[in-house]
Amino acid sequence: MTCSEFLAQLDDLIDDHVTATMRADLEEHLSGCDHCVVTLSTTRKTIEIYRKHELYTLPDTMRERLQKAILDRCKKC
Amino acid sequence: MSTIQTQGTEEVQPEEVHPDVALVNRAREGDTAAYEKLVRQYDRQIFRIAQHITQNREDAEDVMQDAFLKAYEKLDQFQGNSKFYTWLVRIAVNESLMRLRKRRTGKMVSIDEDVETEEGSMPRDLADWSPDPEAQYGQSEMADILRKTIQGLPPGFRVVFVLRDVDGLSTEETAESLGLSIPAVKSRLLRARLQLRERLSRYFRKNGKDGAK
Ligand SMILES: [Zn+2]
Repeated sequence: MTCSEFLAQLDDLIDDHVTATMRADLEEHLSGCDHCVVTLSTTRKTIEIYRKHELYTLPDTMRERLQKAILDRCKKC
Repeated sequence: MSTIQTQGTEEVQPEEVHPDVALVNRAREGDTAAYEKLVRQYDRQIFRIAQHITQNREDAEDVMQDAFLKAYEKLDQFQGNSKFYTWLVRIAVNESLMRLRKRRTGKMVSIDEDVETEEGSMPRDLADWSPDPEAQYGQSEMADILRKTIQGLPPGFRVVFVLRDVDGLSTEETAESLGLSIPAVKSRLLRARLQLRERLSRYFRKNGKDGAK
């Protein structure tokens, strides 16, 4: 398996959507390719970090104001 | 939490009905309290998606309001064969794109335009990251890095990444809410992940911040 072929399966591997045979092939490639090991682990980390940090928070006061505005207008519908 | 007791025929549920469906049905009959529950449940996520697309706080607030209002007005059109949230996201994405077009007059903005970019199709920065990259930065510095990094991606990549990886929608749901094909979602997700990874490497690689200069 080449690095390009590995990369084509990267998302399915991360999302755990690969068959057992494919997984074995991918692991075999990983055992001999440090580059793909790094790509896999840092891509996983990228997702994990974005999941963990809320980048755009809505403060409670603003949230309540917006909710109220929505519902007031719904009631008039 | 105590175990859920099931008895008699309650155990046999041929099809699980999503709790949102019941709320939508009540809201259709004019029960605004039911709709309020849906608003409270999803407002943060809708705001986040809108902010990721428009990159403008006021626009994101407006989009959030308009999306929930539009959804309320169109509740009769909600088929129930998709999740309410997926349907709501689709409305919010369209509203966000309209706002974006207004701001960038004359410039085409679309989620489905094919972005021709080779960037990220092959990883270049192959340095490993430090074991705990987050330890190098404070909370707000970290949020700045993450915002700046994702803002550099084309809108169609950003939104796929946010829906799939942050919101946890499936590929099918993401495709449905963006009006994209499944292969298009898949190819964007891979490129989005790899581009973010590549860009974050500058900050998180071993031997730290020097790379970012
Ligand atoms: Zn490789």
